[in-house]
Parts: sequence; C-alpha cells; structure tokens
Amino acid sequence: MSIGSRWLVALAVLVSSQQALADINMPVGVTPISKEVYGLHMMIFWICCAIGAAVFGVMFYSMFKHRKSKGAKAADFHESTTVEIIWTAVPLFILIAMAIPAAKTLIAMEDTSDAEVTIKVTGYQWKWHYEYLDSGISFFSSLHPEHNAARQVGSGADVSQFENYLKEVDRELVLPVGKKVRFLHTSADVIHSWWVPALAVKKDAIPGFINENWALIEEPGVYRGKCTELCGRDHGFMPVVVRALPEDEYLAWVEENAPAPAITEADTAASQQVAAADEDADREWAMDELMAKGEGVYNTYCSSCHQANGEGLAGAFPAIAGSAIANGPHDAHISTVYVGVAGTAMASFAAQLSDVDMAAVLTYQRNAFGNTVGDTIQPSAIKALR
Amino acid sequence: MNTLRKAHLVIAGKLSLLVIGMFGFGYLMVPIYNILCDITGLNGKTSSVAAVAPAEVRDTDRLVTVEFVSVVNSSAAWTFKPTQRTMQVVPGQTYNATYEVVNLTGKPAVGQAVPSVAPSSAAKYFNKIECFCFTHQEFEAGGRKEMPLIFFVEEDLPRSIDTVTLSYTYFDTGEKPAGAADS
Amino acid sequence: MSAASAEHHDHDDHHGPAPGWTRWLYTTNHKDIGTLYLLFSLVMFFIGGGMALIIRAELFQPGLQMVDPLFFNSMTTMHALVMIFGVVMPAFVGLANWMIPMMIGGPDMALPRLNNWSFWIMPFAFLLLLSTLFMEGGGPAGGWTLYAPLSLQGGDSFAFVIFSIHFMGISSVMGSINIVATIFNMRAPGMSLMKMPLFVWTWLITAFLLIAVIPVLAGAVTMLLTDRYFGTSFFSAAGGGDPVMYQHIFWFFGHPEVYILILPAFGIISSIIPTFARKPLFGYASMVYATASIAFLSFIVWAHHMFTVGMPLAGEMFFMFATMMISVPTGVKVFNWIATMWRGSMTLETPMLFAVGFLVMFTIGGLSGLMLAITPADIQYHDTYFVVAHFHYVLVPGAIYSIMAATYYWMPKWTGNMYDEKWGKIHFWVSTIFLNVLFFPMHFVGLAGMPRRIPDYSMQFADWNAVASIGAFGFGFSQLIFVYVVLKCMRGGEKATDEVWEGADGLEWTVPSPAPYHTFETPPAIR
Repeated sequence: MSIGSRWLVALAVLVSSQQALADINMPVGVTPISKEVYGLHMMIFWICCAIGAAVFGVMFYSMFKHRKSKGAKAADFHESTTVEIIWTAVPLFILIAMAIPAAKTLIAMEDTSDAEVTIKVTGYQWKWHYEYLDSGISFFSSLHPEHNAARQVGSGADVSQFENYLKEVDRELVLPVGKKVRFLHTSADVIHSWWVPALAVKKDAIPGFINENWALIEEPGVYRGKCTELCGRDHGFMPVVVRALPEDEYLAWVEENAPAPAITEADTAASQQVAAADEDADREWAMDELMAKGEGVYNTYCSSCHQANGEGLAGAFPAIAGSAIANGPHDAHISTVYVGVAGTAMASFAAQLSDVDMAAVLTYQRNAFGNTVGDTIQPSAIKALR
Repeated sequence: MNTLRKAHLVIAGKLSLLVIGMFGFGYLMVPIYNILCDITGLNGKTSSVAAVAPAEVRDTDRLVTVEFVSVVNSSAAWTFKPTQRTMQVVPGQTYNATYEVVNLTGKPAVGQAVPSVAPSSAAKYFNKIECFCFTHQEFEAGGRKEMPLIFFVEEDLPRSIDTVTLSYTYFDTGEKPAGAADS
Repeated sequence: MSAASAEHHDHDDHHGPAPGWTRWLYTTNHKDIGTLYLLFSLVMFFIGGGMALIIRAELFQPGLQMVDPLFFNSMTTMHALVMIFGVVMPAFVGLANWMIPMMIGGPDMALPRLNNWSFWIMPFAFLLLLSTLFMEGGGPAGGWTLYAPLSLQGGDSFAFVIFSIHFMGISSVMGSINIVATIFNMRAPGMSLMKMPLFVWTWLITAFLLIAVIPVLAGAVTMLLTDRYFGTSFFSAAGGGDPVMYQHIFWFFGHPEVYILILPAFGIISSIIPTFARKPLFGYASMVYATASIAFLSFIVWAHHMFTVGMPLAGEMFFMFATMMISVPTGVKVFNWIATMWRGSMTLETPMLFAVGFLVMFTIGGLSGLMLAITPADIQYHDTYFVVAHFHYVLVPGAIYSIMAATYYWMPKWTGNMYDEKWGKIHFWVSTIFLNVLFFPMHFVGLAGMPRRIPDYSMQFADWNAVASIGAFGFGFSQLIFVYVVLKCMRGGEKATDEVWEGADGLEWTVPSPAPYHTFETPPAIR
C-alpha cells in the first residue's frame, strides 16, 4: 500500500467515525446556548467516566485479587468513620464543581429579553402552527405528504429511500441568522413539546398557558427536530424543520410571504393559506377538481384518525365509510368538520382549513370509501359561514 | 398474645390515618398550588380578581412593551384576536385594550378566555381592572364581540423584563347560553 | 412441605397447610403468600415482557410494519404499568413476606388475614387493567404517567384503568401497613432496630414511602376520573385548572415511587455481598442513614421530571441541586458495597454474579442519572431514548437483577433444594450480554435525537434500533432459562444444608431447609 492510499484510508476512517459520532452523541448545535449545553454535557460525561473508571477499577481489582480460589482470607474490618466522611465529602465537592457552570448556563437560557423576532408556536394534534407576530405571517406545518403516505401501516414503501424520513414538512419555519428569536409556546389541544436539538430549544406547549424560549442561530442551514411530549396517536409524526437564512434573504422571504394589510383586515381566520385561497372560494368547482384536492387534504388532516381507508378505528375514531354524517345532509356534515364535536377528539377545523380545502375534503368524504352520495359541497357554502 | 394483637391494631390504625391524611393531602395540593401560583406567578396565570388602579405613577420615563397574543382551543370554532398587536406602556398607568371574537359555530355558545403571561415571573405584576376573562362570555350564532380589557403593569416589575406577553386562550365551555332557545 | 410445629398457640393456623387448591385461596401463612406474590410477579414479568417485545419488534426497522401507532402507545403505557405495579412491587412484597418474619425472628406477619386480601386483590386489579386492551377504543395510550389532558381523550376503558390503579394502590398500602406492623411488633427479643438486616431496614423505609405516596397517586387519578366524567376541572385550563398541576401531583408520588422500586434492592444486595465476600457489611449504620436520606430527598426532587414545562428559574435551580444531592447517599452505598468486597474471600455463585451485575450496571444508570440532573443538559435529554436507557439501567439490572439475585440466594431455603448452578450462571451471562445489547445503544440514539414513545423513526437511528431489538429478543427469551431453573429447583435437586452458603449470616439460615411451614413460634435467642 502506498503512503498516499494509506492516508486516504485513514481519512475515510476519520470521516466515517465523525459521521458515526454524530449518530451517537449530542449535536454541538448552532446557537451560543447549544454550544454551552454541549460543553456541559461533555464535561459531565467525562467526570462520570472518571468516577466509573475509579469505582469499577477498585471493584474489579478486588474481585480478581480477593478471591477464595486464590487463597484470599477475609479481613474483618467493617467500619471507618473517616472513610465514610471522605466519600461523602469528595462527591459533594465534585457536585458543586458541576453545579456552578450548569447554573450559569441555566440563567442564560431563561433570559428572553431583547428579542428581535417573536414566533408563536402552537401545537396541534398532530402538526405545528407558526405565527410571526411581527409580520403577521402564519401557517401550519405538517409532516410532508410523501412521508405521511410512506409511514402508514402496510404502505409497502421502502422508507430507506427517503432522505430525511419523517423529518420533512410541507412548510418550513424560516428564521434569520444572527438575530435573537423568541419563541412563545402554547397548544390548542393536549401537551406537546417543541424540540430542535441544534438550537437546544425544548419547551412544552401547554393548552391555556404560554411558555417562552429563545435562540440565536449563528449559521445558516436546515435544522430538524421533533415533538417530544407524547401527544396521542401520531406523536411520532409531527416533525419540526427550521430553515435559517442570512438576514437579507430572511427579509426577502418575509416580504414575499407577509399578508397584504387589506387581506389581513378582511380575513378573520388566522391562516395565510386561507387568505390566498379566498379568491377561489367564490367560483363554482367541478366534482373531480374537488375530489382530487380533497384526497390530499384528507390524507394530511383526517387520515391520522379516520385512517387512509376511511374505516376509522373501532371505539376510538368513527368510520367515515358508510357513516350517517358523511352520507347525510350537508349542514350536519359541514358542522361536524367546521365546528368539531364537543367532548371528543374531533376538533374544529375552521381555522386549519381554507374554504376550498374544507369543501374539497367534505366532497371527497361523501364520494370515497364506498360512499356514493354523488353531490358536491361548494367552497361558497363554507365561506358563507365565516 | 392479646396485647400483641392490640399493638398490631394500634399501628394499623395510625397508619390508616396517615393513608387517609395523605389522600387528603393529594387534594390539598390543589389549593396549595393555586396559592403558590398566585403569590409567585408560578405558571404565568394572572389573578382572576379585579385589581384597583394605583393612585400615582412615580417613574413615567420607563416603557415596557405589552404584546397581545390569542389562541383558539381546538374545542372551539371561533376567530379570536387582539385588535392591537403591541402597546408601549408606562408601569403604573392604566390602559385599555380589546380583543375581537366571532362565533363561527352557527349555534349559540359560551366561551371562556384563559389568560397567561410570559415570562411567568411577570404574571404577578400584571393587573387587570376589568377583563372579559373574569366571566363566561355568551355568543349568539355568528355573533361578533369586541371585548374590553383594562390593565396596568405594576411599577415593581423587575427592570430585567422589557416585554410582557399576554396570551388568551379561548375555550368552548360546551354549555348552552342561559336563556338561549334550544337549537 | 411438612408441618413442623407441634407446639400449641392460640393461633388459628398452627397446623400445616390445608390440602388442595383452597390452601392458596385461604392461606394466611406468610410463606404461602410470599410464594403467591413471587409466582404472580413471574407471570406478569412475561406479560409485560411480551409487550416490550411487541414494541421492539415494531422498532426493529424504520417504517410501520406491524401495529397501529395507537396500539403502540398503549403497549408502552401497559408495559410500564405492568412492570412497575405488577412485577417489581409484588416481587418485593413477596420477598418481604417470605424473609422479614424469618429475618427478625417472628412467627408470621402481624396481620395475616390482611395479608391474604392484599395479595388476592392483585390478580383482579390486573385482570381489569389487561381487559381494557380488548375493550372498544383499546387500552390506555397516554403513557403510564396518564398526563392530562391527553389521558382524558381516550375511550371509556379509562375508567377501568383508574379503578385498577385504585385496587393496586389498596393492595400495596395494605401490604405496607402489614410490613410496618410486623417490623415494629414481631421482632424477637433482643433484635433491636440497629441489629436488623438491611433488607428489613430498607423495606421499613419503603413501606413508609408507599403509605405516604400511594394515596397521593390515588387522589391524582381520582381527580382525572372526576374531570373526565363529573365535570370538575382540576386539570383543564378552561375551568380554571392547570394541566401542569397534574404533573406536580403525579411526580410527588412518582419520584418516591422510583425509590420504592430500588430501596428493597439495596437491602437484598447488602445481604448477598457480605455472604459471598465472607466478610461483614461495611458501614452498616451509614447504610441505614443513607437509605433514610435517599427516602427524604425523594420528596423534594419531583420536579426534575418536568424541567421543560416552564418553571421559574429559582424552581429549576432548586430541583437541580436537590437532585444532584441524591448521588451523595447513593454513592455512599456503592462505596460501602465495594469496601465490603475489599479484602474479602470472594466466590462468584449465581446470586453474587447478579449482585455484581447489579453493582456495575446500577452505577452506570446512576451516573446517567447524574447527567440528567444537570438542568441545561436535561433540556436536551428530556423525553429522549437517553432517559429510556437511564431508567432501564436502574430498573432492569437494578430492581429486576436484585429480585433474581434474591431468588437464587434464598431459593435453597424456600425449597430445600440447591438450584442448578451451571444453568444459573448461564442465565446470568446470557441475560447480561443481551441486556447491554438492548439498553446501551439507547444512550446513543437518545443523544442523537430520538424521542421516546414513538413507533417509527428516521433512518439515522435505524442501526442502533435494530441492535437494541436483537438484544430485546435475546434478553426476553433468556428469561426462559430462569423459569427452567426455578421449576427444576422446586421439583428437586441436591439437598441444601441449613446454612446453604458458607459465609451466610442471619436468622433465616438457622432454620432447616426447606423452611418449615411455621418458624420461630418460640423466639430465637439473639446474640
């Protein structure tokens, strides 16, 4: 082997072990806090390793040396106040040494003052809603539809073919680099927890309460996270994707996406998508248009509970196939989706779906899974409710 | 043996009392928690009792940003949002703000707004003289309401806090409004 | 077993065991009830283990291959409830029943009829709990912690879950009252508190913990029940409640509960290590004080389970420091055990192997616990597989290994026969290897960002999850060796001597093997 190729091999090993290390250790992250947390983590880790080595060293030495089979005779000592005091006091000092830097980091983590951008993050079963309080941009962010299709039981999809399987969303949260971003966490149903490891931000989203957190991202990039508080059936399927852009690109993105003031004024619903789709709501839609759109909406919003085949889950979530509501009069069907059903897991989708999306999914439910009502529900009917 | 049996029953009796006491303590933790929250603002909840405005303001130069946020719980089909996004307030002075609610359910409904303040350490300094969150709010089908809020931030608010976020979450109580015809 | 007692007392159960199966139904004998508890716990171990294998089978590869996510959630929930309330706690109560009267030189438990009831409630409680899996809407799927409001969302099986928890609670509280009364009143003359074996001490403290916190759990789940069905709103913000308050009340129970699951293990290890090191336990008094301080600290650290709920800074600081403090008395215990081994004359029979396994792997779990105590780092660890790795390291090679060590250690006394040493050692080594293959990689995926309680995961976690699943099946099936060894020992084998172990010390080794149906009807003389 030539020296050159040896170097190549060594380099390959090094690169792959770096990769391997990323798969077994905490990420360093891209914020001052995440770097401090990583430093703390590694410090405690090595202290624990040292304690472990000392404890196990003594123990295994004793186990090899003080064996009956090696002729060891048992000593008879069984008490020593001095020794007890030493091994109470020494750990105490080690703990104090660990606690001081930890407390410093903790204080820094809790200081949300002087933030330049504020994002309200609301947890829903099972998606996130982001609202840029400064610019009025707001949208839902759900698991990417292709990933959502692949992750169904018995989908037969080869998930290893997906890059970032279960870590891709339909709309990313865009944040600026180099600015202090404050997050406000809350929830519309059960407790969720918003976590992006690279930002060292993890905070519970609690219905009725609001929590704060902050991050200052130092490098542009895409950072992925998850919901970390069990929130029901699809807890594992509500990822977080943050795209950090340099400030000018971020401002351009805000410019492009900010709702025009007039529309915000007129449109009381929170969603930017709702605003954009508003113009479409007035025209008459054809059956196949609604069906095609409805299928997509169904798979994103409804299939988690009512299942992709519309059969529901016995006892937990009712079937749509053959249901009295989906095969019944318009009013009751619309009201179920628009208002929700009190006291059940069926939420109100008034804020989550645009007029067109809701009309489409209602039409789809009436004409799929063996339901053959044959009529459409028009977006204008939904618009009239608002 | 009889004395021993008696001793067993004495211990069992005492421990049973402890069991009952601890069961009660579980329930006692509810008011203890609420009082702790009231005193320290532990969970960011503001007082549910109307406050009285302070007589005079000592420092009129200091400004604090109050940020208004709204959340609609999934149990409710309403739109609910503040009519102003932020306000610059002088601690100690009284201000008016409003939130707007539209009932989208097509039925009469009763809602309850639940306030929460971030950072939670600011909660005990945030006082409301009048608030729509003090009572249930009744709505007709499609009803629209502007709901008032009169508040002041105490001058004792720590200087390290420059922004106070006030959030209201609207819940549908699931009750029917009193006097509303059954639909 | 034959009736050994010829003496007459005013006890109504001075004869031998009743013939037939009614012996087990009506028995008030501490040894019979201990056996029932231990067998019940063994059965539940395989039920809870089966659930774990369903979880690990689904997690073997990314993508959902086998189960619906909702069923997956109810498996994680049930696995925890069964393992905690159905395996570890009953096994410890079983050991307490068998050993405490013998260790303190008493004839039986103080309240024998209560003892019978507290056992027989258990099978019904668990039938109720397991039956919810077959009810409409499935079993509980909101995690064993039953956090509101998620736990209030499921089907009506919820009410049955709450009732079964009430029954389990009643059973353990009755058991605890019995144990306290036994320890206080039934000691042989001369058996002062500071002469009691550490297993008795740790159980005394555990019993007080149980009496103090199980009622709090009962209160918390009753509040859930009334929130769900009777319109109260303890935990609903809409009615002026707070879901975080549930977590505070739950963990006020939950953290002492963690020590309930480990303190008796400390007692067992403190009995076994001196025997096989042929040297008295080092620092007996400091062991007692350390146990008591761990019990005390357990009441003031509960919120370290909730560092992400948004507590005030002062609260987070307090709970961080208090949590770190726990490592001091725990460290003292580990050091004392090692000092006991030091300059001993050690042999490594199966009980000692399990005790050493306990010592090593419990320490690993303790060290990762210390890492978790550091609040800023915990923000990253919280609710990831790192936490799963941590508590499985303290519960499986901690609590479960101690129970197995105790079984191997005392089984010759229970049955009169030596167990099969060769298969015992094989059981230890196979279990230990697979256990580490199972749980060690969980540290890695947790640090790399895999949340807990998810049925499907991203590709980057695939390799280590496959490894963990292989470990899980290996560990699960190697427990069949344990069943084989236990059954074989019950049926026969080399006769055990009264002392059984060369270095054994304690009253239980002064009675014949197998221990007669009634022991110490006349109190023994204490040195």
